[in-house]
Amino acid sequence: MIRRIRHRHFVAALTTLTGLLWSFGASADWTLNMRKGVTSISQEVYSLHMIILWVCVVIGIAVFGVMFWSILHHRKSKGAQAAHFHENTVVEIVWTLIPFSILIFLAVPATKALINIESTGNSDLTIKVTGYQWKWRYEYLDEGLSFFSTLEAKSNQARHLRSGVDVATVDNYLLDVDNPVVVPVGRKIRFLTTANDVIHAWWVPDLGWKRDAIPGFINESWARVEKAGVYRGQCAELCGKDHGFMPIVVVAKEEADYRKWVEEQKAAQAAALQADNPDREWTKEELMAKGESVYNANCVACHQTDGKGMAGVKPIAGSPVATGDVADHIDVVMYGRAGTAMAAFSQLSDAAVAAVITYQRNSFGNVAGDLVQPSTIKTEYR
Amino acid sequence: MSHSHAAHDEHHDRAPSGLMRWVTTTNHKDIGTLYLSFSLLMFFVGGTMAMVIRAELFQPGLQFVDPQFFNSMTTIHALVMIFGAVMPGFVGLANWMVPMMIGAPDMALPRMNNWSFWLLPFAFILLLSTFFMPGGAPAGGWTMYAPLVMQTGDAFPFLIFAVHILGISSIMGAINIIATVFNMRAPGMTFMKLPLFVWTWIITAFLLIASMPVLAGAVTMLLTDRFFGTSFFSAAGGGDPVMYQHIFWFFGHPEVYIMILPAFGVVSAIVPTFARKPLFGYSSMVYATASIAFLSFIVWAHHMFTVGMPLAGELFFMYTTVLIAVPTGVKIFNWVATMWKGSMTFETPMLFALGFIVMFTIGGFSGLMLGVTPADFQYHDTYFVVAHFHYVLVTGAVYSIMAAVYFWLPKWTGHMYDEKLGKLHFWLSTIFVNVLFFPQHFLGLAGMPRRIPDYNVQFADWNMVSSIGGFMFGLSQLLFVYIVIRCVRGGQKATAQVWEGAHGLEWTLPSPPPYHSFTTPPVVK
Ligand code: HEC
Ligand SMILES: [Cu+2]
Ligand SMILES: [Cu+2]
Repeated sequence: MIRRIRHRHFVAALTTLTGLLWSFGASADWTLNMRKGVTSISQEVYSLHMIILWVCVVIGIAVFGVMFWSILHHRKSKGAQAAHFHENTVVEIVWTLIPFSILIFLAVPATKALINIESTGNSDLTIKVTGYQWKWRYEYLDEGLSFFSTLEAKSNQARHLRSGVDVATVDNYLLDVDNPVVVPVGRKIRFLTTANDVIHAWWVPDLGWKRDAIPGFINESWARVEKAGVYRGQCAELCGKDHGFMPIVVVAKEEADYRKWVEEQKAAQAAALQADNPDREWTKEELMAKGESVYNANCVACHQTDGKGMAGVKPIAGSPVATGDVADHIDVVMYGRAGTAMAAFSQLSDAAVAAVITYQRNSFGNVAGDLVQPSTIKTEYR
Repeated sequence: MSHSHAAHDEHHDRAPSGLMRWVTTTNHKDIGTLYLSFSLLMFFVGGTMAMVIRAELFQPGLQFVDPQFFNSMTTIHALVMIFGAVMPGFVGLANWMVPMMIGAPDMALPRMNNWSFWLLPFAFILLLSTFFMPGGAPAGGWTMYAPLVMQTGDAFPFLIFAVHILGISSIMGAINIIATVFNMRAPGMTFMKLPLFVWTWIITAFLLIASMPVLAGAVTMLLTDRFFGTSFFSAAGGGDPVMYQHIFWFFGHPEVYIMILPAFGVVSAIVPTFARKPLFGYSSMVYATASIAFLSFIVWAHHMFTVGMPLAGELFFMYTTVLIAVPTGVKIFNWVATMWKGSMTFETPMLFALGFIVMFTIGGFSGLMLGVTPADFQYHDTYFVVAHFHYVLVTGAVYSIMAAVYFWLPKWTGHMYDEKLGKLHFWLSTIFVNVLFFPQHFLGLAGMPRRIPDYNVQFADWNMVSSIGGFMFGLSQLLFVYIVIRCVRGGQKATAQVWEGAHGLEWTLPSPPPYHSFTTPPVVK
């Protein structure tokens, strides 16, 4: 009886443990290896990875094999007597030369792959990727198209400390964005990476590489995606608080679908520009409404929903800037504060800058009462 | 050395006792003990932060800390482990062993020795106090990359000054070791007769002197960028953020060898002892160490393959990096050849040394893989790198320090430690350290970046396994503290030679050795 109860407890414990291990649902997996990816580069890198891996495995088996053989047989408890040799020039030269030749054998495919990866010429289109704390901006230089890409809303809600949301219920948790970067299949795409504030790194494993996005530098890389699909990645260089929350989503579409997407985006952008017209007079209600959405998209990560800021980030609520001279307020937003996390936001449209400033001056208990017209930004700050 | 022994003892009667003895001591053994105790303390401070990291990563979603604090944890964990645990651990071993191994009474510069130790607690008080400052502790990574590090709050100057002080301490320690070995060897102790531990430490000391000032320079430039209007690393001011990385890694790569060369020395002392057979290829070991040290200055940019170097630069750094595999391989082969046809026994120090050889080699393999530039474009800044450097630093450097402590503890204290518990400590550590770090290779290959507090559910399984390994590995280390304390307190008396196969001057002294190791120099034939 006692034994049976113990047994039952044991089984219960075991099932709980396995249950716990598997509790993260269908998308959880025990992936072991690098993926092959969907570009010629990623496949080349994958096979290079497998070659070195196998070379290491074989060397490992040989060296550890000898070592464990010796450990098993040359032990005192087995009556082994110690020999006295302590050098052998021939052996030592041989085991210097063997690794050397293995390295040369590895260097050949590695050099070839590297030359291929660095051949960025003859591209069909160019996408400029700019890292911001903590989002990406994509500019299609040939199409005059540009947009920001940030963590998708559901993930963004679930990711907070004690958010109360079970992250297993969020599709593609932390790997989804609002605006993915769309590319045509089969075309050589040149990526230009740079950053606006600190260093980031743009990485989509299925493309086979990552490249740092560095303020003041423009790095070149390329990819030709061979299969339509959705490919996900993340920022790979520590870039501050929300480094783990600026994913990348590449959607590869067939040429026709891609063209259609471009036209749609262009139309949407034109419409937005129309709505954002800086030359007309805006009402306070319009500015406040737009300001709130700009604030929630661009400022909330640091200044927080209550405007109280956080460690190292000055509050907007009661801020001498947000309640004082409006010119100072515009300066901070347009030019940033050197040496702090407060970056320049001049990339926002005139209307967005005017709106977010108006919003900050009249929310969180601030009652500056004044408002900034988009035309002011356009005429005095551009 | 002419005054009599009696006068000597009287002199010690007047030496302060209690706490002041430790504050004012100039004795190499006391200072060695201070360094080692400090190292152990920091191992647990840094280890606690590692536990916080593994707890947060146990499951997807944020459970315990916010992302900024998480970044502080990874940053300070690294700084504490590197500068607080591993480096002082090796300096402690050098302090204890170098004079005894070369037949000297003490270190050449005993007062400087005292100062180089006592700077350490102050540096770490500065560093750890930043947790209580507005803006929190530094969170830009231990590499302190500009421009991110500029966003550090009030902690910034404290971080910089802590690094300065640590650098000064290391340089003084290095000068002391060089001065000691060059001037205080016993008659007949020629350079090519020095134990390998001494050799690896001299070479390490030169690496320290050459690289620490570079780090000091880099962080000073950060300081002036922040407070004095320069823009060395600010693109907006005409500076170059990538230059910071070049300067940092010109220090940083030699630094990794600073943390591993003395480990090679320790293993080269232990393996022959327990194989009861002389070290195979002594002179090739010396030359291999020297070549590794030389190469370590021309490989730095392998940490920066993704910054966008010209093709020629990438090729150069790839070739030099993989070349290091050759002298490193020579060392591994020599250790295996030392065991070959030996008469081996497997006391705890030998177990840790064997664990070192196997697992350091695994870290070496992943290092080779990382050195291949195109593959690094995938591996870089992922958990694959985290797995790599923890294999070389934990199962490499830390294992060698533990091996050394078990090896020399009977000599230091005059008591044998509890062999059964020592072996238990080894097996627990070895099982769980692999549960902890091996799955991180898989995570990195599957695409998990490093330094993130939260992740997609696809990474959940291996992270949970890794965390369980981490907690158990952490717990196992309490056993180590217990074993060491018990051994210091008492135990079976140790003989002078301690280990049947031990050779060398340190084993000719009684256990524990006299306060001044060799008052009359021994003659080495
Ligand atoms: C990456 C984090 C971050 C983001 C995002 C951010 N800020 Fe800031 N902001 C800061 C920090 C840090 C400061 C404090 C700078 C200092 O110490 O002087 C600051 C200061 C300010 C100030 C001045 C407050 C004062 O009292 O000095 C204003 C105004 C401001 N931010 C507006 C904005 C607006 C508008 C946005 C969004 C468009 C925004 N910030 C987004 C980090 C951020
Ligand atoms: Cu980033
Ligand atoms: Cu390196």
